[in-house]
Amino acid sequence: MKFPISVTLNGRRYQREVEPRQLLVHLIRDLGGVTGTKIGCDTSQCGACTVLLDGVAVKSCTALSVQVDGASITTIEGLAVDGQLHPLQEAFWNKHGLQCGYCTPGMILAAHELLRTNPQPSDEQIRHGLEGNMCRCTGYQNIVRAVREAAAMRRKG
Amino acid sequence: MYAPEFDYYRAGSVSEAAGLLRKHPGAKLLAGGQSLIPLLKLRLAAPAAVIDIGRIRDLKGITVKDGTIRIGAMTTHAELAASAELAETCPVLAQAAAGIGDPAVRNRGTIGGNVAHADPASDLPTVLVALEARLMAEGPDGKRTLDAGGFFQGLMTTALKEHEILTAIEIPAHPKGQSSAYAKFAHPASRYAVIGVAAVITASGGKCSSARVAVGGMVPRPVRASSVERALTGQELSAESIAKAAAQVTENLGNEVLGDIFASEQYRRSVASVWVKRALTQAVGRAK
Repeated sequence: MKFPISVTLNGRRYQREVEPRQLLVHLIRDLGGVTGTKIGCDTSQCGACTVLLDGVAVKSCTALSVQVDGASITTIEGLAVDGQLHPLQEAFWNKHGLQCGYCTPGMILAAHELLRTNPQPSDEQIRHGLEGNMCRCTGYQNIVRAVREAAAMRRKG
Repeated sequence: MYAPEFDYYRAGSVSEAAGLLRKHPGAKLLAGGQSLIPLLKLRLAAPAAVIDIGRIRDLKGITVKDGTIRIGAMTTHAELAASAELAETCPVLAQAAAGIGDPAVRNRGTIGGNVAHADPASDLPTVLVALEARLMAEGPDGKRTLDAGGFFQGLMTTALKEHEILTAIEIPAHPKGQSSAYAKFAHPASRYAVIGVAAVITASGGKCSSARVAVGGMVPRPVRASSVERALTGQELSAESIAKAAAQVTENLGNEVLGDIFASEQYRRSVASVWVKRALTQAVGRAK
């Protein structure tokens, strides 16, 4: 069985016929060569596959393509506007909130979710808000600093 | 990981979902998918058909009316956790929902999917048992109401019949003097409950006029800690009386305490009272 769906990925509309068992993360990675979204644990624990679904963070390894029919998806590639980095991307760069970079797309989108629901988090709230995302390189220190800086940039506007 | 192939149907209403269930024997209902999709991917379930009920609008939302909280089955954990109304009328539920998985999981996972899945290491079944919630089901023989106490029958097993759909959950809002809390010993990786304790306490003049305590995570289905409830009822609410009552929990755990590589049966039995004490202490603090 194939099921017709239509999604908007990073502002561009796509129509596809997909197998119902197809995972959202595969749909994203197969559409237009957008591969920033990573498959990590594949069991919704590591957060590498985090994307925004109608502006809200979800783990794309634990959603079916057919479930998101009609939705708008934003991946790491969709955050920057006209080549202008999103404040979170800027802050992760400035504070070196990464080493190997594999967790970074998911980490930034999880941080996006945190700042959406809590624009001025404490360090403890940042750590708590990112608990669904794992980084095996940094020890999280610079990630927390980056999220703190992004929140401060936002405060300044 | 790919799930085995299945056919997908999207229901626009409960009656349409019920019709699809009848038409496709062995079909599974898909809500937020945070339990079902992992099961499919691990091939622990291989239904021929999946029926998506996640878009049924009537099944979403929280309303509080005439002292009753009604929660649609497709209400997400994030919505429960963020509900100011729930924090006021039933803090234990908002608190437990806020501790499920992580933010991205809470954005997708639903209360109905969670309790119909009936994972013993889950949080909400324990909470609903302590709250004496009523679960609304709709099926070929019409609608019926099930008590949370009898709903959870064992590992991943509920009292729902094959073609029944869980549509809503009703909980009495806390009356004056009553409050509640949830304490969880969370597994460090999965955040599932190694031990979860929900407590609902009514305080009157510094004394406990009623106590309802449920323990989950460590047993195949949530159990009421009736020995703890009895030991606390009528007592002055003090750290001493709470600790004394909490110690009674071992009487209620039966012979089916679960053990795994992370926490053995013996260990869970030993520390259960600590988590009962924490839940009671917080609930009492809120009730007074």
